Amino acid sequence: MSALDDLFQQIILDHYRSQRGVGRLEEPSVAVDQNNPLCGDEIHLELAIEDGRIVGLGHTGQGCSISQSSASMMSEVLRDVSVEEALALVEHFRQVMHGSEEADEDRLGDAIALEGVARYPVRVKCALLGWMAAKDAIQTYQANGGG
Amino acid sequence: MSTAAGIDTTALRADFPILGREVNGRPLVYLDSAATSQKPLAVLDAMDAYYRETNANVHRGVYELAAEATERFEAGRRAVARMVNAPYETTIFTKNASEAINLVAWAWGVRTLKPGDEVLITEMEHHSNIVPWHLVAEITGATVRFVPVTPGGELDMGAFEELLGPRTRMVAVVHMSNVLGTINPVADIARAAHAQGALVLVDGSQSVPHMPVDFAALGCDFLAFTGHKMCGPTGIGVLVGNADVLERMEPFLGGGEMIRDVTIEGATWNDLPWKFEAGTPPIAEAVGLGAAADYLMGVGMANVRAHERDLAAFIIAALDEVEGVTLFGPRDPDLRGGAVSFAMEGYHPHDIAQVVDREGVCIRAGHHCAKPLMRVLGVGATARASAYLYNREEEIDVLVQALGSVRTLMGGPGS
Repeated sequence: MSALDDLFQQIILDHYRSQRGVGRLEEPSVAVDQNNPLCGDEIHLELAIEDGRIVGLGHTGQGCSISQSSASMMSEVLRDVSVEEALALVEHFRQVMHGSEEADEDRLGDAIALEGVARYPVRVKCALLGWMAAKDAIQTYQANGGG
Repeated sequence: MSTAAGIDTTALRADFPILGREVNGRPLVYLDSAATSQKPLAVLDAMDAYYRETNANVHRGVYELAAEATERFEAGRRAVARMVNAPYETTIFTKNASEAINLVAWAWGVRTLKPGDEVLITEMEHHSNIVPWHLVAEITGATVRFVPVTPGGELDMGAFEELLGPRTRMVAVVHMSNVLGTINPVADIARAAHAQGALVLVDGSQSVPHMPVDFAALGCDFLAFTGHKMCGPTGIGVLVGNADVLERMEPFLGGGEMIRDVTIEGATWNDLPWKFEAGTPPIAEAVGLGAAADYLMGVGMANVRAHERDLAAFIIAALDEVEGVTLFGPRDPDLRGGAVSFAMEGYHPHDIAQVVDREGVCIRAGHHCAKPLMRVLGVGATARASAYLYNREEEIDVLVQALGSVRTLMGGPGS
């Protein structure tokens, strides 16, 4: 498989074409917007948090196959985990994208497929967009006295 | 063999060493000259020779070497001034086009604009001709207004006439859009603006490299452009200005070179153009830019324009044949330059650019530093192929072929 085929694996394209976790929540605990200033990709992320756990997640936005599939995968990985675990998962994914940690499939689920993005430094920001939004959302929630 | 009007590309391409290399095992197809152009040997050699033979600081030393360095530096300025038919004294070197526009925004705008004054720009400006005016408006209380863009990718001149009024103090407009390729009627705009007493700044970042531009004939007060898009090096840009306006302006940056005298109490300013060039200037870059101007004048800017007009027509016709492609900007090649933005339904520009890169094709994907225009077009990003004097029709064929593999690699466009 060539490096480029790696970027466009079936599972990535599947998450891109039929994204999971898309939409708005009725009563979000926190909502954030993030964009990639280099390319204009955008995400609006809402989290519902109860008793320190993420019980609902909805994202909307626009962007390339990498940013959109990654947000879709993230929505599955972060659902029904504690905010602490969510922050740890985001950090693990970030380290994987920067090539400094080996990806843990048990923790990352389908997002393991994005491991190859680390070889395309320009695209790492695309893959991280949704995850950085999640980190921002949790930290915003915590700063506002939540959880 | 490519025989588009005006230029024998087979001979000319030999002047650009980088065009001989391969990328991902394929011959380089460089279609991103609107971002930065490639450099001919004449420029590389001039800069190399400067450092090897005459490196010294300019306008300082009394020794022979310093005199030679100063002569080469100022010869660069003369070449650039000649290329755009501007006086040598009002051709100011800056860091890039952004700094040239910031010079006007800060040295003129901050000291001149008052609450209620208006700066009129357009929806197709690069961020470099938007953000400086936002910053200045925030300080002065002036308002920034935008001339809309028509669905066909041209300036809405009716709206321009309505927006232009006695409150307008500055009209700042791009000559050729880096996204749409549109060539704007800046001479008409300058006439109308002057009738209202407004000054006119033209962003020539895309026009000066690609078509004959005559500062005197345009009738504008300021013309800003950058070196690296016109076969020159990075790190140097140009502001050409009207002498009367420049004389009345205070300096932008203070430091060495730009003073006549400095005392404990203050300073008086050097003559134009040095009044606006604080500190040691980009000397080798000025030498390189002069060589680039000489090179382009040698080819002939009318020939460059004719070649790119034909290439634009070829690109438009070629992309029309690609399934799902939508083109942005004027379709008439007489109204546009060789930068062609497009969308491909179901595929994000990033993904398109990534896939065609595998075939050695360099195109740009993104918002092209023109986010207000992206909103007008209703997209987050576009893909853009932009041609220059060294590009050939065969390269466009390679692009079209590579676009076909987007579908192969990524599957159908989905729902």
